[in-house]
Amino acid sequence: MTTPTTPKEPRSLSFRTVAQLVALAIADAAISLWVGRQAYLWMPPQASAEAVLVDDLFGFLTTIGSFIFLGVSAALLYSVLFQRAGKYDTSDGPPVEGNLLVEILWTTIPLGLVIWIATYSFQIYDKMAILGPMEHMNHVPSLGLMPPAEAATLPAVPEKTPIEVHVRQWAWEFRYPDQNITSTELHLPVNERARLKLISEDVLHGFYVPAFRVKQDVIPGSAIDFGFTPIREGRYRLRDSDYSGTYFAANQGVVVVESEESYQQWLADAAAQPLTEADNRAFREFTKAGDRPISPGWKTVEPAPPPRVNFASAEEESYE
Amino acid sequence: MSNASIEAIAAKSGQPFPGAPNNWRRFFSFSTDHKVIGIQYMVTAFVFFLIGGLLAMVMRGELITPEADLVDRTVYNALFTMHGTIMLFMWTFPVLNGLSNYLVPLMIGARDMAFPRLNAAAFWLVPVFGTLLMVSFFVPGGPSQSGWWAYPPVSLQNPTGNLINGQVLWLLAVALSGVSSIMGAVNFVTTIFRMRAPGMGWFKMPAFCWTVLSAQMIQLFGLPSLTAGAVMLLLDLTAGTSFFDPARGGDPVLYQHFFWFYSHPAVYVIILPIFGTFSEIFPVYARKPLFGYRFVVVSSLIITVLSAMVWVHHMFASGTPSWMRMLFMFSTMLISVPTGVKVFAWVATVWGGKLRLDTPMLFALGGLVCFLFAGITGVMLGAVPFDIHVNNTYFVVGHFHYVIYGATVMGVYAAIYHWFPKMTGHMYYEGLGKLHFALTFIGVNLNFFPMHPLGLMGMPRRVASYDPEFAYWNVIASLGGFLLGVSTLPFILNMISSWILGKRAPANPWNAIGLEWLIPSPPPVENFEEIPIVVSGPYGYGSDEPLVANNPAGELISEHS
Repeated sequence: MTTPTTPKEPRSLSFRTVAQLVALAIADAAISLWVGRQAYLWMPPQASAEAVLVDDLFGFLTTIGSFIFLGVSAALLYSVLFQRAGKYDTSDGPPVEGNLLVEILWTTIPLGLVIWIATYSFQIYDKMAILGPMEHMNHVPSLGLMPPAEAATLPAVPEKTPIEVHVRQWAWEFRYPDQNITSTELHLPVNERARLKLISEDVLHGFYVPAFRVKQDVIPGSAIDFGFTPIREGRYRLRDSDYSGTYFAANQGVVVVESEESYQQWLADAAAQPLTEADNRAFREFTKAGDRPISPGWKTVEPAPPPRVNFASAEEESYE
Repeated sequence: MSNASIEAIAAKSGQPFPGAPNNWRRFFSFSTDHKVIGIQYMVTAFVFFLIGGLLAMVMRGELITPEADLVDRTVYNALFTMHGTIMLFMWTFPVLNGLSNYLVPLMIGARDMAFPRLNAAAFWLVPVFGTLLMVSFFVPGGPSQSGWWAYPPVSLQNPTGNLINGQVLWLLAVALSGVSSIMGAVNFVTTIFRMRAPGMGWFKMPAFCWTVLSAQMIQLFGLPSLTAGAVMLLLDLTAGTSFFDPARGGDPVLYQHFFWFYSHPAVYVIILPIFGTFSEIFPVYARKPLFGYRFVVVSSLIITVLSAMVWVHHMFASGTPSWMRMLFMFSTMLISVPTGVKVFAWVATVWGGKLRLDTPMLFALGGLVCFLFAGITGVMLGAVPFDIHVNNTYFVVGHFHYVIYGATVMGVYAAIYHWFPKMTGHMYYEGLGKLHFALTFIGVNLNFFPMHPLGLMGMPRRVASYDPEFAYWNVIASLGGFLLGVSTLPFILNMISSWILGKRAPANPWNAIGLEWLIPSPPPVENFEEIPIVVSGPYGYGSDEPLVANNPAGELISEHS
C-alpha cells in the first residue's frame, strides 16, 4: 500500500533473528497455554453439561487472547525499555511508512483467527442446543443451524411437563404442574435434561445460574422454553441477571441438583406439605422500619407479598 | 468577516469582532470561534466527569461490603443510572466533541468550522441538558433508577405517580443530547468534506480527522434510532401509548433494538477519535511516520460500516433467535480485524523509534495496553456461548471500563497534555503529569481488572448488595476506584497552575509535524494568516519534505516563536 519514500536500509533476516523470534513465539505460546488451563479455575464449579462446553471455549479464548496480549505488550515494553531517544538526541527514527507484506499479513491473520473463533464458538453453541424464545423462528426460513446429529450429543429433551419458573418483583417461585407443588427452591434430578418454562409477571428478569453457565432473559408477555443438563449434585445460586428495579440484587434463589431417588423423595415430601409463607428478602427489607442506611425516602415499587408455597427455601443454607 | 480591516484587527487582537471579550470571559460568551467552543466543551465535560466520578466513588463505597449498608437501594440504583448517563452523555461525547472542535479546523487548515453558529448552539445545549439531568436529583422520587439503558418495563414504572419525574427528565435530556450531537455531526462532516486546505487530498489528511469523520458519520445514522426510542418511551410514560409496555400489548425487546442500534455504535463514536489521538501521538514521540497510514485510516471507515451490524450482541440473552445470535457473533468478531490493524500499526510505529516518554506518550502507551486488553475480552464477549454466561455480569462492566476509562479517558488525557501548549500557550508541569499518569494507570487496573474474575464467578452488574464470596475482589476494585478519584487532583492542579503560571509555549514544542504546529500557540482567531497549501503527507518524520508550500502564520510566527 504505502511504500517508503526514502530508500530503506537493506534488512535481511539473519538466522539468528529468526531463531530468536521462533524462540519467543514458543515461549509466548507455552505461557499462553498455561494461562488457558488456569482459566478453568476462575469459573464456578462445572455443574452442567453446558458448563463443560463453555469452559472449553473460554480456555481456548483465553489461550489465544493471552498469546496476543503478551506478544504485543512485550513488543511495546521492549521499545519503552530499550528504544528511548538519548537525552539530547532530537533526531528522527527511521522513516518506515509501511510494508505491504506485513500489512496484508496482519489483516489476514486476525481475519483467519476470527473465522476460527467464530466457527468453534458456533460448534459449542450448537452442542449446547439452547432453546430460548423460539417464536421469532417462525418468521424466518430455517438456516439449518442446528442439525439434529449435533444436538444428539446431549441427552434428548424428555417428553415431560416443564417446570414453571415464575419471577416477579422480587421473588422466584417454581411450580411442578404434574405434582401440583410450588416451591421457592428449584429441585432438579442430576444427569437429566431439565425443561423449564420461564414466565415473568411484571418486568424483565434474567434466569442465571453461574454454575450452569446458562442465562436467559425472562420477558413479560411470553413463556420461554429453556433447557440445560445438570451433571453435578449440589446446591447452586440462582440470580436475577436482568436489572429489575429496586430490590434487584436481593432477587436470588437456590437450585438443588440431586439424585433421581432424592428428587422423587423431595417431590413426595413437598406434595404432602401445606402452603406456607416463604421468606422473602425484598419484602422483609421493605417492611422493616428504621435501621436503614442513608435514605432520602424515595418511593419504590412495592415488592409482591412473599410467595405461599409447599416448600420454602432456607436462604441461609449454603450454596455453590 | 467581510470587512478586511475588521479581519486584520481581529487577527491581531485575538477578538472575534470588535468589542468581544478578549480574556477569560470569552469562555462564557456565545463565541463562534471553534477553539473557544472546543475549550468550553472540554471544561464543561470535565466538571461533569468529576460529578460522575464522585457518584462512582459512593457506589464503590457501597460495594466495599457485601450488604447494602451505605446507601438505600433506591439511592444506589439512582447512582449507577446517573453515573452511566453523565459519563457518556455529559463527559465522553462532549469532551471528544471539544477536542475535535479544537483540532479539526487547525489540522485541515480551515479558519473555523463550516457552521460556526450551529457549532456554538450545539455546545450551549450541553449545559442545558446537563442542568436538566442534575435537576432530576431534586424532584420527588429522585432521578431515574432504571439504568442508563432505561429498559422498559422498569423505566415505565413510576411509583411516585407524578408526571414530572426523574425518568421523564432523563428522557428529555437524552433526546436533547441527541439533537446537540446531530448538530455537531453535520458540522464536522461538512467541515471535513468542504474545508480542507488546498493540496490536502484525502490521503494527506491527518488520521485524527479521518477518525472524527468516521465517528460523526456513525452519529448521523445511529442517533435518530436512539432519539426515536427515547421519544417513544417518553410517550409510553406520559401519553398513554404502549409501544414497549407488555402489560398493554407492547414489546419491550423492540426498545432494546432501538437502543442498541445506536448505543453499540456509540462506543465507536467514542473510541474512534481516541484511535485518532493515538495515531497522532505515537509518530511524534517515536519520531517515526505512522506505519501503514492508509490501512489505518481506511480501517476507520470499515469500523463505521461494521458498527451498524453488531447491536444484537447486547441481546444474546434476550429474545434473540439462534440464526441472529450466530450472525451477530460473526459481525461482532469481524470488527476486531480493522481494530487489530490499527493496534499493530501503532506497535510498528513505536517499534524501532526514538522514544520520548513525555506525559502524552505515557498516557497513549498506557491507553493502548488497556485497549488491547479490552479488545481481547471484547472478542470473548462476541462468542455467544461465553457471552451467555457473563452477559450482564461484572465481566462486561470490566471490559467496558477498560475501553472507556483505560483507553478513552487515558487517550483524552494524552491529547490534553499533547495539545495543552497549543491551546493555552503555556507548558504544563511534566512532573505532575507523570504523577497523574502513574496514579491513573495503577488506579484503572486496580479498579477494573477485578471486575473480570467477579463476572466469571457470576456477580451480576447493577447490584447494591452481593454474596460474600465476591467481597475480596470488590474491596480491591473499590480501593482502585478511590485511587482514580485521587488521580484527578494532580491533573486539576497541573492544568490550572500551568495555564496561569506555566512557561510560555513555542509554536511547536514537540517538534511535531502538522498544520496546527505551524502557527503560534495559542493560535489567533481564524487560525491562519494565510491558508496553508499542503504539499506532503501528515507524518513525514525522518524525511526532509516540507509540509506546506507557504507560511500559514504569515508574519505572526515571529511574534511567538
